[in-house]
Amino acid sequence: MTQSNNQSSSRRDFLKVTTATAVGTGILSSLGSSAHVYAGGDDKIKVGLVGCGGRGTGAASQALSTKGNIKLEAMADAYRDRMDKSLSNLQKQFSGEPEKVDVAEEKKFVGFDAYQKLLDSGIDVVILATPPGFRPIHFGAAVEKGKHIFMEKPVATDVTGVKKVLEAAEKAKKKNLAVGVGLQRHHQAPYIETINRLKDGAIGDITSLRCYWNSGGVWEPRLAREDAKSEMDYQMRNWYYYNWLCGDHINEQHIHNIDVCNWVKDAFPVKAYGMGGRQVRTDKKYGEIYDHFAVEFVYEDGTRMYSQCRHIRNCWNSVTEHAQGTKGFCDISGAKYETTGGYKWKYRGPKKNPYQVEHDDLFEAIYKGTPYNEAEYGAKSTMTSILGRLATYSGKPVTWDEAMASEVSLMPKEFSWEAKPVTVPDENGFYPIPMPGITKVL
Amino acid sequence: MQAKTALLAILCCATSVAVAADPADAKTEKEMKPYTEKIANTDVSFDMVPIPGGEFVMGSPADEKNREEDEGPQFKVKIEPFWMGKHEVTWNEYDIWSFNLDIQRRKLMRVKADDKEKAADAVTRPTKPYTDMTFDMGHDGYPAICMTQLAAKTYCKWLSEKTGHYYRLPTEAEWEYACRAGTKTAYSFGDNPAKMDDYAWHYANCNDTYQKVGQKKPNPFGLYDMHGNVSEWVLDQYIPDAYKKWSGKGTVQFPISPTTPEKLYPRVVRGGSWDDDPEALRSANRIASSADWKIQDPQIPQSIWYHTDAIFVGFRVVRPLKVPTAEERKKYNLDPVIPADEGR
Repeated sequence: MTQSNNQSSSRRDFLKVTTATAVGTGILSSLGSSAHVYAGGDDKIKVGLVGCGGRGTGAASQALSTKGNIKLEAMADAYRDRMDKSLSNLQKQFSGEPEKVDVAEEKKFVGFDAYQKLLDSGIDVVILATPPGFRPIHFGAAVEKGKHIFMEKPVATDVTGVKKVLEAAEKAKKKNLAVGVGLQRHHQAPYIETINRLKDGAIGDITSLRCYWNSGGVWEPRLAREDAKSEMDYQMRNWYYYNWLCGDHINEQHIHNIDVCNWVKDAFPVKAYGMGGRQVRTDKKYGEIYDHFAVEFVYEDGTRMYSQCRHIRNCWNSVTEHAQGTKGFCDISGAKYETTGGYKWKYRGPKKNPYQVEHDDLFEAIYKGTPYNEAEYGAKSTMTSILGRLATYSGKPVTWDEAMASEVSLMPKEFSWEAKPVTVPDENGFYPIPMPGITKVL
Repeated sequence: MQAKTALLAILCCATSVAVAADPADAKTEKEMKPYTEKIANTDVSFDMVPIPGGEFVMGSPADEKNREEDEGPQFKVKIEPFWMGKHEVTWNEYDIWSFNLDIQRRKLMRVKADDKEKAADAVTRPTKPYTDMTFDMGHDGYPAICMTQLAAKTYCKWLSEKTGHYYRLPTEAEWEYACRAGTKTAYSFGDNPAKMDDYAWHYANCNDTYQKVGQKKPNPFGLYDMHGNVSEWVLDQYIPDAYKKWSGKGTVQFPISPTTPEKLYPRVVRGGSWDDDPEALRSANRIASSADWKIQDPQIPQSIWYHTDAIFVGFRVVRPLKVPTAEERKKYNLDPVIPADEGR
């Protein structure tokens, strides 16, 4: 089966669900004009990019590489140097079509409120690719302003943020805004085909799931303490190592694998048990995040998802997902399964770049005015990762409902270069590290 | 009796020290012997085998089965002697450099770096990969994959500093010479692909993954996995009609199409891989790199160190007996050139 077949069938399902919701709430008649603006397929779509790092720049490039008349017109970042670098890279990349990257000086916005100015600058679609801590704020504002949205995963770093995103996701549906989330495996043919087969019972009922993101870790902190203008500057530049910005690596990376298991299961866990810590990456420059987690998630029907993520070099590495069923087992990431009867199947179809396909699909929906909203499962898979973190940091089982009732926020009270983040280092530069058995997370 | 054996052992030892010292210290082609290079402050070593100098005909004859246009016209090449890695570079070796394992280990053991190691520490190391680059196909004893040509070249530079021996990637001509090992047939074991399973890992026998190095039969030079397992980086830019400018010029010395930092693609890998059918594993077959090899790197700029999608590409090192001069290194772009704005 080809990818496009899968895409259209999932689109159809989606249409059914969304239409039902729309009718139920009496919204169908009041659909915003946005649904029809691009119906001809040749109108210009103006894109704005919020968060001009490597991934944001990549996402902008993929948006510009979709079919249609698409133009990058505005950019926003906390830092001017990141924006300039991103713009020059995009200009280089689209040097053959310079009209695609046309960002006037007055459409470059810098600082913590840059996103707001960008949303007011007349763009149609916004790409949200800052560190994930800001996503709920940016997503909420973009929905408020009626923009179509592509947002990177994860979509939050704490429960409060997840709830904001879920709320805004509902609003986005009512406004018929297209929302894509950067969990690109959902647009990757081998995954789609394999998971469809699992749902058709290829290996019987799923009895357990396993997933891993064990790797050597990510980029080293970029800004030295002595070069930082303030604590906020220091944490922002080194964002991966601070929880309000990143949510720890179980959230920032491992969400991909956790999300695949949720997708197979068509459900979200109700409870998590976890253990983990900071074994190797102990230097103060590594902020406050852990370097390993092992979490057991429980779904409502009792099925377990076993998850590991690790940032330690020279150990067993794997970035994969697997399912065990009553009639066989499946290497989901390897797009193959084997039944107890000895039947073996492996995906042999085309493998397109999923980072491109996720934008192709989103922009097609925008042009056609087709309902398209990935925010809900994006938020709930984010929540699953956060649940795993809470269980690990506390060393205690945490239920989905308890966690969702929590009002704990990791976010600073205000956003400025002088503002104080929630966690700050001691006189020696060390941050408080969550301690299982002691740390309270709810 | 025991004492006698011990004495004999001491004598033997003393004799061998007096005669040949370390085989890695050979100064002439005649002295070149296989040797094992240990990587300091690790428990990792790798084997080098001598490749004698000589002449050969590069490219394939027009009537070779599955031959492609870029393999001709054939021309004569003179090759200077060198040592070549008996195996493809494994993750065990590669990760020492890419993950700073030597530095980490020195710290842990409280060992001070010597001068060679200090020089090696000054060589750039890659940024950490975002994901697991083995793609769950195995680590210890398996060939390193997914590196760019720049990463492979930088590894060689690091290895040179670390060991005090000059290592680099082979030129395309050196690679083919070593692969043919004196043969003129499509493969170093003849023309019949039916014998392939004795010598190489390829699509039909590999079970969808690369395999541990050195499990199949070696070629006449004693090199393993030259055909298949992973394709191997060479130093050359890929120019489809490169052989045209050399053919009819007699015997060419050191033919190479030097790379330039401006032109990233295509560059050459050789030997074919586990993911290829037998015709791609032919001695003369040339494979061109492309931007598709990075298609799943979602960042811009894309990493200069990783070909996220080239899970079939690795490399092996060579050590020329005659170390090139600074001028030669510059002329042929033998040294890695790290872009100034790297380290985003």
